[in-house]
Amino acid sequence: MSKVVVVTSGKGGVGKTTTTANIAAGIAQKGHKTVAIDFDVGLRNLDLVLGCERRVVYDFVNVIKGEAKLNLALIRDKRVENLYVLPASQTRDKDALDPEGVGKVIEDLKKLGFEYIICDSPAGIEKGAQMAMYFADEAIVVANPEVSSVRDSDRVLGLLAAKTSRAEIGGTPIKSQLLLTRYSPAMVKKGEMLSVSDVLDLLGIPLLGVIPESKAVLQSSNKGTPAILDEITDVAQAYLDVVYRFLGEEREHRFIEESKRGILRRLFG
Amino acid sequence: MAFFEYFRRRPKSASLAKDRLSVIVARERVGTRPGPDYLPRLQQELLAVLAKYETIDLQQVSVTLDRTGDCDVLELNVFLPSKESPDVVARSH
Repeated sequence: MSKVVVVTSGKGGVGKTTTTANIAAGIAQKGHKTVAIDFDVGLRNLDLVLGCERRVVYDFVNVIKGEAKLNLALIRDKRVENLYVLPASQTRDKDALDPEGVGKVIEDLKKLGFEYIICDSPAGIEKGAQMAMYFADEAIVVANPEVSSVRDSDRVLGLLAAKTSRAEIGGTPIKSQLLLTRYSPAMVKKGEMLSVSDVLDLLGIPLLGVIPESKAVLQSSNKGTPAILDEITDVAQAYLDVVYRFLGEEREHRFIEESKRGILRRLFG
Repeated sequence: MAFFEYFRRRPKSASLAKDRLSVIVARERVGTRPGPDYLPRLQQELLAVLAKYETIDLQQVSVTLDRTGDCDVLELNVFLPSKESPDVVARSH
């Protein structure tokens, strides 16, 4: 059984690609054959975040156009077994994606035995974003606790409920879950940032997880290594929890409250 | 005076954000997300009742569901044709 998952948000810069990279790496680490597809045609970045940018030869659009075989375009991750990347084209425009072509590639990936097909959506609600969500079984809606991001996420939830294959067929709707990133419990405590429960009230979807604001995200993209592979940081722990929850295990939510800092860390931290 | 301003309690920015968002999100959801599926039927049945007493046009009846804070507002607008009083607006919470 394969599952198609879209990572989407509407707003740009909230952490879709970071989330795709971490969740795909995490699921693959748990032994599931996983592929992360970059749908951001013209602005590909998933390859960079996953550190395989120099190994891109063929891309998603080449495969759709029949210019390259799927297995030639797939890049196998060197660190994580079971993890593959299908990069976006850097030269074409977003109209290069069409439902037939995308559908065919997803079917072929299923035939190759991929259990999880993670689609990294471009920002916006235009064609590229709609293509990324069209074949999804589940959606991870990434949002920051900030007004424009929450508003855009709500718009995206509207699209997920209306403009996807599942919505058109009238079957079970896409299961959408919220991933709240760049969360700062200290600011929430001071009343300066929307809290998890505020955002949940507004969007009305279940919470998949909270990723705390952290320098580790920038550091890991600098290196091209998903944070989850570096298990010491809060971000890695938070993404690991998300992966477990996504795979159906119960994990208590963490990083929602401000952590108690010891006297030594207060002085020297 | 700045001195007194300092002591006046101001709403925290997060709660302002939440209030602003609840309004805008509710407004933008209308039409984009499938509402409760009984709305079209309700509209038909209300029309049937109204038609007993008045000649009305289906296009002139609108039923919408809006959310204000924690409260759902069902709004029914009926425009009665060619009378002195132009419309009747009923609201129920």
